Amino acid sequence: MSHQHPPGEASEVADMELRVRALRTVLEQKAYIDPQALDVLIDTYETKIGPRNGARVVARAWVDAGFRAWLLEDATAAIASLGFAGRQGEHMVALENTEVLHNMVVCTLCSCYPWPVLGLPPTWYKSAAYRSRAVRDPRGVLADFGVTLPDSMEIRIWDSTAEVRYLVVPRRPAGTQSLAEEQLAAWVTRDSMIGTGLPRSPDGTR
Amino acid sequence: MSYQSHADLGGQPMREAVVPEPEGELFHAPWERQALALTLAMGATGAWNIDMSRRARETLPDYRSLSYYQIWVSGLERLLIEHGLVEPDELAAGARLHPARPGLRVLRAAAVPAALARGRSTQRPALQAARFAVGDRVRARAEVADHHTRLPGYARGKAGRIDRILGAHVFADAHAQGLGEQPQWLYTVVFSARELWGAGAPEKHSVSIDAWEPYLLPLG
Repeated sequence: MSHQHPPGEASEVADMELRVRALRTVLEQKAYIDPQALDVLIDTYETKIGPRNGARVVARAWVDAGFRAWLLEDATAAIASLGFAGRQGEHMVALENTEVLHNMVVCTLCSCYPWPVLGLPPTWYKSAAYRSRAVRDPRGVLADFGVTLPDSMEIRIWDSTAEVRYLVVPRRPAGTQSLAEEQLAAWVTRDSMIGTGLPRSPDGTR
Repeated sequence: MSYQSHADLGGQPMREAVVPEPEGELFHAPWERQALALTLAMGATGAWNIDMSRRARETLPDYRSLSYYQIWVSGLERLLIEHGLVEPDELAAGARLHPARPGLRVLRAAAVPAALARGRSTQRPALQAARFAVGDRVRARAEVADHHTRLPGYARGKAGRIDRILGAHVFADAHAQGLGEQPQWLYTVVFSARELWGAGAPEKHSVSIDAWEPYLLPLG
C-alpha cells in the first residue's frame, strides 16, 4: 500500500500531471467549472485556512474560562464566534485533555478532519498505517511521534465515522502563565490538536 | 455480497510506522492541488453528494495501491462518467467530444468564500424520538452491509455504551445509494479496547465511533 508515500517516481508524477490536465481541460470545455474558482479554492487552503485557526481557538480556551466552557458545550458556535466555520466543520466537538485523559482523533474509513480549524489533513493522517493502528495501538502511534504518556493516562480514540468533526484541546504547557493569548497560540501545534502530539513549551519540557 | 469497500482499515494488521510531517506541507506535486480544487468545484455543482463521492472512492478496485489524491482523481473521473457528465473517450482525448449536460450549478470564483464558510450541515429535524439515551448499553449490528456504510468492521457485533447524542443527521447509507436523506439519530458510542481487541488490550483505552441508530441494537 503506497498511501504513506506520495507518488514520487518522476514518470508517475508526469503521468498524473497529464491525466489531471486532461480532466481539467474537459471540465473547462464543458463549462462545468470556473477556472478562477480553482485558484481561489487552492489559495484558501494554502494561505487562509489552516491549523493556526485551531491554535487561536485553543489559546482562547486556555485564557478564558467562559469561552472554554462554551467550547466544550457547543464547539460549533464557540469556534464560529472566532470566525471559523463551514466545510468539513459544520458539526464540531471539542475534546479536552486532562491530567488523566488523553484524546486522539482518527478517521479509519477515509480522512474526515476539521478543515475550518486545522486545514487540509497531513499525509500521515490519511495513511493506511495511521488509520489502521490508531484505534488498536495508540501508544505505538504516539511513539512514532516521539510522545510517551504515563501508563496511568487513559487514552480515548475518537473515530470520525459521521459528519461530526473533533478538535482536541491540549493541556496548557508549563511555563506559560505570563503569556498572552496571541503568544500562547504559537505553542499550539497541529498535532497536539489531533492528539498525536503535545504543545511545545517555552521551557522545553512537555 | 456484491458491495466491497477497500477503505475500512481500522484495526487491520499493519506494522508500518506513521511518518510525521511539518505543518506547512500540503501538496507533494502540482497536480495534487488541481485534484483538490477540481474535486471541490465539481462537488459544489450538486451532481452528487458527499456520501456518493465516498462510495465512489472506497470501492475503487485499486484503492489500496493508490495515493490519497490519486484516489480523489480516480473517484472524480468515475463519478463524472457514472453521472453522464463526461464520457471515457473525452478523458482519454483531454477534450470535449460530446455535448455538456445543461443546468449544472457552476461554482464561480466570487462565490467560493461564502460556499466554504457555509458548508453543508447534515443535521435534520428528527422524524421520531431517539431510541437510546446517554448511558444505554448497545450492541453494534454484526452483519456486513451490502452497500456503503459508516459502521467500521472492527465495531461490528461489539457491545458499547451511548456516550453522546448528536442529533438527527442525513443517513450516509441511504444517501450514498441515492435513496434520499432518511435522517436518523446519530450517537457517539464508546467501546472498551478489551471489547474490541481482546483481553490483552490495556484497561485504560477506549475507542468511540459515531453511529446512526440503525447500526445499533439495545443491550439489557
